[in-house]
Amino acid sequence: MFEGITSQLLFGQVLLGLINGSFYAMLSMGLAIIFGLMNVVNFTHGAQYMLGAFVAWLLLNFLGLGYWPSLVIAPLVVAVFGMVMERFLLRPLQNLDHLYGLLATYAVALIVEGLVRYQYGSTGLPYDNPIPGGINLGFMFLPYYRLWVVVFSIVTCVATWMLIEHTKLGAYLRAANEKPQIVEAFGINVPKMMTLTYGFGVGLAALSGVLAAPIYQVSPSMGSSLMIVVFAVVVIGGMGSIVGAAVTGYMLGVVEGLTKVFYPEAASVVIFLFMIVSLYLRPAGLFASKESV
Amino acid sequence: MPRLLLLAIIAAAALAAPFYFYSVTLMTIMCFVVFACSFNLLLGYTGLLCFGHAMFFGGAAYVTGYLLKTTSLSTELAVLAGGAAAGVLGALIGFLTMKRQGIQFAMITLAFSQFIYFVFLQAPFTGGEDGMQAIPRNALFGVVDITSNLTFYYVVLAITALCVFVYYRVVHSPYGEVLKAVRDNQPRVESLGLDPEKIKLVAFIISAAMAGIAGGMKATVYQFATLTDASWPISGEVILMTLLGGLGTLTGPVFGAAIIILLNDYLAGFGEWALVSQGVIFLVVIVFFRRGFVGELAAFKRYLARRSARHGTAAAPGAKTAEARG
Repeated sequence: MFEGITSQLLFGQVLLGLINGSFYAMLSMGLAIIFGLMNVVNFTHGAQYMLGAFVAWLLLNFLGLGYWPSLVIAPLVVAVFGMVMERFLLRPLQNLDHLYGLLATYAVALIVEGLVRYQYGSTGLPYDNPIPGGINLGFMFLPYYRLWVVVFSIVTCVATWMLIEHTKLGAYLRAANEKPQIVEAFGINVPKMMTLTYGFGVGLAALSGVLAAPIYQVSPSMGSSLMIVVFAVVVIGGMGSIVGAAVTGYMLGVVEGLTKVFYPEAASVVIFLFMIVSLYLRPAGLFASKESV
Repeated sequence: MPRLLLLAIIAAAALAAPFYFYSVTLMTIMCFVVFACSFNLLLGYTGLLCFGHAMFFGGAAYVTGYLLKTTSLSTELAVLAGGAAAGVLGALIGFLTMKRQGIQFAMITLAFSQFIYFVFLQAPFTGGEDGMQAIPRNALFGVVDITSNLTFYYVVLAITALCVFVYYRVVHSPYGEVLKAVRDNQPRVESLGLDPEKIKLVAFIISAAMAGIAGGMKATVYQFATLTDASWPISGEVILMTLLGGLGTLTGPVFGAAIIILLNDYLAGFGEWALVSQGVIFLVVIVFFRRGFVGELAAFKRYLARRSARHGTAAAPGAKTAEARG
């Protein structure tokens, strides 16, 4: 049945899946961190990812700063934007029903996307590949940049996980997530930590945006559809589970890639199908502890 | 009595409106009034934020359109069938998601609606990117010709009035009271021996079916159904309408839908500004006017009543209790 499938196609799609998975993993990790600590579903995540790519593009075209400086500067710029947003928009809403926080982030996403589209139109802007070329592995051609994306995202995810699970800061963070009042009683500034956490999650989104710029075109709508897939990833992985989010992200990227090989028609829905099945079989998520249902 | 008078005035205005305003705009507003009512039933009265309501709206538009194109079913039955199909979809999705609450429910319904969107994108009967064109308006009850926009306006008006009436009855029934109780204190409802999940599921199905009727109407008004109707910006728009009108207020959706549709109409020539202005309105409502248009108006009226009571006789104890529910 599958004779027509060459190893070229198969490995190519697996690699493509891994690359998509890298973005899913980084984005869903940021979402899970924000959700875990602040109970905010960050609907601006897609727009912040797009902003990351856009800032990189602006830096290149107006300041002449290339990809490598952008990889550091763009996430910082967007993180500052995120922290301002947290401080002046999300914090006042924090004690209300969580739905208002969600809708506020959605509103910001609409505004950001609308403004960028107004300024730059909806067609994509090209961004040059900083590492051209590639290596022929015999069974397939591997572009260096794609390899870099996969490696870099894995390193980022592991580093984030280490930061949260194995440092004092991470311990505070997890504690503040469980019992904010008690952590505050120990003299830790929980609101400030929330601002920083939000900034960190947003920065991760922007970082993925910069990584994505040379692969996909920089366009205003690059984030919104991706974000919904990432939501599904977070639901499958278990809300607020940081490891779950990252692992599920890679896994589903590959699943999606394989679906493109064997049954292309279903490629755009396979992640959602996965979500439906996992909602039925494991309602708490693949990696969630029982209490988070 | 003044309430009856008010109803009579509204009815007269609605009957006369197409002679003064563009009937398609009026019909669009009515479709979205029904859509926003269905949404308010869910979010305002049950406390469930569905971020994928467009799947019912857009899905029903396709079902209604398909039935009208391929069969000789009368228009009102086709719209009803669209609503029924949306209700079935709502039952399926509700069954899978009802255990999740609050923001998780929002995320999951959004993901579901995106799934449905992709299904529509690829399904052969929807016409994919091109949409479903040239949907006929089959004769009403199989006999009355409704192809002109003016006559069709009254059909839409009748369906809308019926839907708003059903919505009013649901909200003011004992079941509606239970819904509000689930919204405000679910464990308490459970402790009284009721099953909140089932109660919410029923609300979800009613809401989905009503959104479906709205979608079916829209397909017959414009005589086409497109992917846009099922896309997530529409889900966002109906949230905005409901919130702007006033969550959990009876007449809020009417005002919210009218304001947003007129605004979209007005801003249609300004490209991206429609999106930006929607975002800004969203933010302003969330930060400053969480009670929405109707809710703030009611609060202002209570404030005036309290003030005049204070200036007239001494303290009026009735004012305090009237204030209890925002």
